[in-house]
Amino acid sequence: MIALLLRDLRLAVRAGGGFGLGLAFFLIVTVLVPFGVGPEGGTLARIAPGILWVGALLACLLSLDRIFALDFEDGSLDLLATAPIPLEAVVTMKAAAHWLTTGLPLVIAAPLFGVLLHLPGAGFFWLTVSLALGTPALSVIGTFGAALTVGLKRGGLLLSLLVLPLYVPTLIFGAETVRRGTAGLETGPPLLLLAGITAASVALLPFASAAAIRVNLR
Amino acid sequence: MSIWEYANPKRFMQSSARVLPWVTGLAALALLGGLAWGFFLTPDDYRQGSTVKIIYLHVPSAMLAINGWGMMLVASLIWLIRRHHVSALAARAAAPVGMTMTLIALFTGAIWGQPMWGTWWEWDPRLTSFLILFLFYLGYIALWEAIDNPDTAADLTSVLCLVGSVFAVLSRYAVNFWNQGLHQGASLSVDAQENVADVFWYPLLTCIAGFVLLFVALVLIRTRTEIRARRLQALEARERMA
Repeated sequence: MIALLLRDLRLAVRAGGGFGLGLAFFLIVTVLVPFGVGPEGGTLARIAPGILWVGALLACLLSLDRIFALDFEDGSLDLLATAPIPLEAVVTMKAAAHWLTTGLPLVIAAPLFGVLLHLPGAGFFWLTVSLALGTPALSVIGTFGAALTVGLKRGGLLLSLLVLPLYVPTLIFGAETVRRGTAGLETGPPLLLLAGITAASVALLPFASAAAIRVNLR
Repeated sequence: MSIWEYANPKRFMQSSARVLPWVTGLAALALLGGLAWGFFLTPDDYRQGSTVKIIYLHVPSAMLAINGWGMMLVASLIWLIRRHHVSALAARAAAPVGMTMTLIALFTGAIWGQPMWGTWWEWDPRLTSFLILFLFYLGYIALWEAIDNPDTAADLTSVLCLVGSVFAVLSRYAVNFWNQGLHQGASLSVDAQENVADVFWYPLLTCIAGFVLLFVALVLIRTRTEIRARRLQALEARERMA
């Protein structure tokens, strides 16, 4: 399993597999927003939590279809499916690799982009915490979407249609945490609910993803 | 004689052909009767005026939008567990009907909301979760359309339906957390203190019955169409082989 994780990480970093692409996309979204809503600091500060969360979510979405597509095309997914480790573990490792190459850079870079959007000082800590807790759920849910659409020629657009509604609860609790943190309110409930979603998704969704992959490899 | 015998496509076609005219007729009767009763024979509400009459469309369609998804969930489970093709086709047939019901509920709600709340749309939990439900329907139908192999499509959409159900419920409570509501609470519960008055209640019940029958009739018709389309495909495949 560790070997698989390292292989995926190495592929992502070396083969131009979109490592950093998500980050660049996130940056561009952040830069475009002030053009759209105007440069007043007050407005930007008010919408910053939401924009940063939506931006992170879209950046995550961007690299989802690469999770299985390449392995499906060159046949290594078939090999992985017949490997001695269960397919559920393979799927979990894929999601982990996706999170390490997409989610983690977003978590680290988000405070920097928060500065661009005049995020109030109290929000930075909660932005990082909520993204760190929430992005694993985005990766796992996205892996499920990627598993559903892996056999399709033009799965990309369909993938976003399938995955975005599933992202709604994560987005709500994540952005709510930052909003409350910025306003100095109690952040416990949304943060706990966010962590709950992540924990449940990580625990249960790999089974659904593996089932979908088995169907697609049939 | 068990219920699973109806899972045989042939048995299903026979029995549904026998039931369908009755269901359709009763649906037309209940809908026409209930709507006419509701629109012409009930008094206007003292505060809402005649706009109250939209509940005869709004409430039944909203109920069926949710229960339609529930029916798809049950049908998907039956397909995944017992591999009855009729079940998978029924789930496929129900999706557009449920989606239309969601749209009817959203639009009638907007039409009612404009004079009553002063806005067509409000990010209220119920309204938002219905919009999300609509997105779920959209994704489900799109996945069916995208996959060529019917068995693969049935499997994948069933899995999506299961996962989607969990997330749809989750979204429902998440948006509750996110924004306080403008929409009134339940007014049809059996034991609630504050229910609609009897004079609106009976025509509403008739309309709900009409909508349920309409839903059943539409799903039956669409399932029969799907079965015929599948038979046609099989025949064409056999032609090509020969």
